[in-house]
Amino acid sequence: MIPDAILRVEHLTMRFGGLVAVHDLSFAARRGEITALIGPNGAGKTTVFNCITGFYKPTEGRIALNRGGPSLWNELDALTASSVRSRKGPGGSLYLLERMSDYLVTMDARVARTFQNIRLFRGMTVLENLLVAQHNKLMIASGFTLFGILGLPVYARAESAAIERAAAWLEKIGLIDRADDPAGDLPYGAQRRLEIARAMCTDPVLLCLDEPAAGLNPRESTELNELLLSIRDETDTSVLLIEHDMSVVMQISDHVVVLDYGVKISDGSREDVRNDPKVIAAYLGVEEDEVEAVASEVGL
Amino acid sequence: MTAPSPASEPRTDVARALKHAAIAGLVSFGMLLPLIGFRTIQDMRNELVLETRPLLLASFVLLTIAGSLLVSLVLVPWKQRRAAAHIPGESVRRAHWRAHVAKWLVPFALGFVVLYPVIVLLGTGFGGAVKWIDNFGIQILIYVMLGWGLNIVVGLAGLLDLGYVAFYAVGAYSYALLAKEFGLSFWILLPLAGTLSAFWGILLGFPVLRLRGDYLAIVTLAFGEIIRLILINWVDFTGGYAGVSGIPRPTFFGIPFNANDDGFAAVFGLEFTPLYRTIFLYYVILGLALLTAFVTVRLRRLPVGRAWEALREDEIACRSLGLNTTNTKLTAFAMGAMFGGFAGSFFAARQGFISPESFTFMESAIILAIVVLGGMGSMIGVAIAAVAMIGGTEIMRELEFLKLIFGQDFEPTQYRMLLFGLAMVLIMIWKPRGLISTREPSAFLKERKTVAATFVEEGRG
Amino acid sequence: MEVFVQQLINGITLGSIYGLIAIGYTMVFGIIGMVNFAHGDVFMVSSFIALVAALVLTTWLGISSVFLSLFIVLIVGMLLTSLVSWTIERLAYRPLRGSFRLAPLISAIGMSIFLMNFVQVAQGPRNKAVPPMLQQVIVVMERDGYEVTVSYRQLVIWAVTAFLLLAFWYVVSKTSLGRAQRACEQDQKMASLTGVDVDQTISITFVIGAALAAVAGTMYLMYYGVVSFSDGFVPGIKAFTAAVLGGIGSIPGAVIGGLLIGLIETMWSAYFSIDYKDVAAFSVLVITLIFLPQGILGRPEVEKV
Repeated sequence: MIPDAILRVEHLTMRFGGLVAVHDLSFAARRGEITALIGPNGAGKTTVFNCITGFYKPTEGRIALNRGGPSLWNELDALTASSVRSRKGPGGSLYLLERMSDYLVTMDARVARTFQNIRLFRGMTVLENLLVAQHNKLMIASGFTLFGILGLPVYARAESAAIERAAAWLEKIGLIDRADDPAGDLPYGAQRRLEIARAMCTDPVLLCLDEPAAGLNPRESTELNELLLSIRDETDTSVLLIEHDMSVVMQISDHVVVLDYGVKISDGSREDVRNDPKVIAAYLGVEEDEVEAVASEVGL
Repeated sequence: MTAPSPASEPRTDVARALKHAAIAGLVSFGMLLPLIGFRTIQDMRNELVLETRPLLLASFVLLTIAGSLLVSLVLVPWKQRRAAAHIPGESVRRAHWRAHVAKWLVPFALGFVVLYPVIVLLGTGFGGAVKWIDNFGIQILIYVMLGWGLNIVVGLAGLLDLGYVAFYAVGAYSYALLAKEFGLSFWILLPLAGTLSAFWGILLGFPVLRLRGDYLAIVTLAFGEIIRLILINWVDFTGGYAGVSGIPRPTFFGIPFNANDDGFAAVFGLEFTPLYRTIFLYYVILGLALLTAFVTVRLRRLPVGRAWEALREDEIACRSLGLNTTNTKLTAFAMGAMFGGFAGSFFAARQGFISPESFTFMESAIILAIVVLGGMGSMIGVAIAAVAMIGGTEIMRELEFLKLIFGQDFEPTQYRMLLFGLAMVLIMIWKPRGLISTREPSAFLKERKTVAATFVEEGRG
Repeated sequence: MEVFVQQLINGITLGSIYGLIAIGYTMVFGIIGMVNFAHGDVFMVSSFIALVAALVLTTWLGISSVFLSLFIVLIVGMLLTSLVSWTIERLAYRPLRGSFRLAPLISAIGMSIFLMNFVQVAQGPRNKAVPPMLQQVIVVMERDGYEVTVSYRQLVIWAVTAFLLLAFWYVVSKTSLGRAQRACEQDQKMASLTGVDVDQTISITFVIGAALAAVAGTMYLMYYGVVSFSDGFVPGIKAFTAAVLGGIGSIPGAVIGGLLIGLIETMWSAYFSIDYKDVAAFSVLVITLIFLPQGILGRPEVEKV
């Protein structure tokens, strides 16, 4: 067990009718690292994400998020035994994500996510997208709309702070000049970056990215890597990402978990995983003992 | 494909147009034969007999043929020519012109509606003014307000509501029953009726939160009908079909509009005329409509309003950003219902009499039509659509001169809803996204740029 | 018990009519995902067409055989109503295909308002009553002076409905037209790539729906003996409820839903309150959509993230 983990997934199983999408999966993501969840198409990666972010309720298993020190993990079993979904105290907070519905995962536990098929508010401007992400904060500042309707300055101040924060992110992702254009008008790569910036505007402790590099050209891919590394190094946000493109993962991930047919087949540093015959077998779609033969054939 | 020789092209075009026209004529003959060619009437013994109308049928068929020829020989070539002769920079010029109009439209329209009673008085004198202020001014403003209220639910939050009239009814009956029962004044009951309607909006909103699209529309329609049927059948409470009559009329801060010594006219030393009440009511509904507009404009710039629009754009993305979509939907329902309730209690106060007849599905359809025809989310568009559709149907009442053309039996008012329905279809074909389909952003960094219609989602809720 | 059997008979009759209309809703929704709001009014128009056709046959041509005139009225009604529905689809819906989702719905509501008022203007606002026909009844059971009866009218409705449903079922399940419809339901673009004429298939769907609604319209006129311009709305909503209850998109579902709605309505009228029978029908709609949105025979919709 990793003591300084931010997220622990334990014995996660997800069934859809008779289909087992994820089977008895356990892994952990370290605080301040980029963890990659990889595997071939249909391995169950997005299902894991949907369980973590509350869009699906897992059939079995535990998903715990730690917003405190390593010692907080000692209280996990007590929390599980209770009927509540989180424990908040001076030492930090501990959450059982499988007990929380989608929006609470982001609002309370502070886990944000992006989507494989980009889900921006296409008819709203780039800036508005980032303001919607700061909804909960602004909602409180607007006195749950009451102060806002009355036009009190407390809301105006909060809003300009929110716009400033949005502008800072736009500067970072290189979209400041397009702040007032509709999000649907941006090129594909820019939409990907905007979706990440939008997720970051919710102040997450854990950012879950569903295939962030899909469809990007090599230059955009490099920009994305830089963005993710800067999120890891400059903010308090840890990153969990899904990829099936190994080359991207291998450049930036600190820790890699490999999934095939809903089962974990490898877990470790990127070097460990790169050399794991089980992983190569899964990606080539052959049995483990055939790997060498096939690899020499294709010149790996 | 080889290009047809220029000489033969027009001839084939004409030939095809003639063929189409012939088919159209044939189809219209078949369709209209039973309903136009014949008329069922009751004879002296109360039995149905048939009367034939060959001339009317023939003229309809000829009109169809002429229309078909007009479309294929004039309209289609004109459209093609216009598409071919694309002038560079024209769209820019047009956008510029539009922005110019938009800048002046709102202040001008505001000035006009504020001065409208004066303009009417100058135009028609005391005699005809009541009709113009009441039938046009007040009637249109009620629908503007209802349109703006429903616009929050349908246009901003993207939740399709076909039972909006239920909240209008709740507001009307709340005012009517409470005012009769407890003698409370209009100004106390107005917020109360709005609150009750909002409460009903939340109550009916809860069960339908999970539904999407057409299903949501149908359930809200069913709710609207259930409320109307209860109003009809719960006779002890609502008076059933007979409705509620003798509803207290609003007073001018305690001074009633009547011919008595303590009435408005006497107090201010004026000669009594019902006009004062009409003018007062006009400014009340104008104030209510402007309140709706003000609140909606404010709300759009607040987190709750942005959440509504985000919900319309993508509900799943909203949830991923920590937005409580349940609350977001319920607030939209509640706000929309509240404004519907305000309009309803005003309606009851203005009429002095209400019955379930006023709250049929047709009303919901008309209000929704105004929102969609105006352009979902656009308050100016909704106002224009209300003026065009309600003003248009009201003006049908005034076309008495048509009797000179079509004979004394011609009753223009019975064509009101017929033309209303036809206009709905035609406007949808002409502008499927409504009159104003662009979107004004709620916040901007450097400059406010209008969002083109193609990006704006219509909502799946 | 006797009351129950009698209401069962009445409910099945009413349900047959709802089922025939419901098929039109369910097929159109299945193929283009649109609630054809004007379908209830097409049903009402068909009743008027049947009324005029019946009057022409009996008062002008002097045909006295009830069955012959009923047969001719059915054929004429189906043909002309199909023509009406074809034209509506062609003029009011087809230009909006693939456009803004609300546009066809608004267009359909507009069409519904138009049809209702067109009939009101063309035929007058009064109820149109026809002399009752086929009044004979068969006594099924009797106890304590209470007779449970089946009228000839009801038998005719059952027979015609059953026959048409069989014919219709054959068309949609065994012919190439049915295959083309199912293909368009799945994926219109793909269907057109494989050589299916999508526009034509959709037109035919509207035509079939209207033809079945015309049968329902004729039966309605015969059963109740009266029709008015506003008679499209409530039966239309109830038929739509039937389609939803059975599982929208499912044709057997529409028939089962129709029968259920008919039975709920007659049983409610008999045992609870006739005033609230429409409330009962609408409540069924609400409850179904909230707790069983896929209906009895529909496929559940899975939310994709």
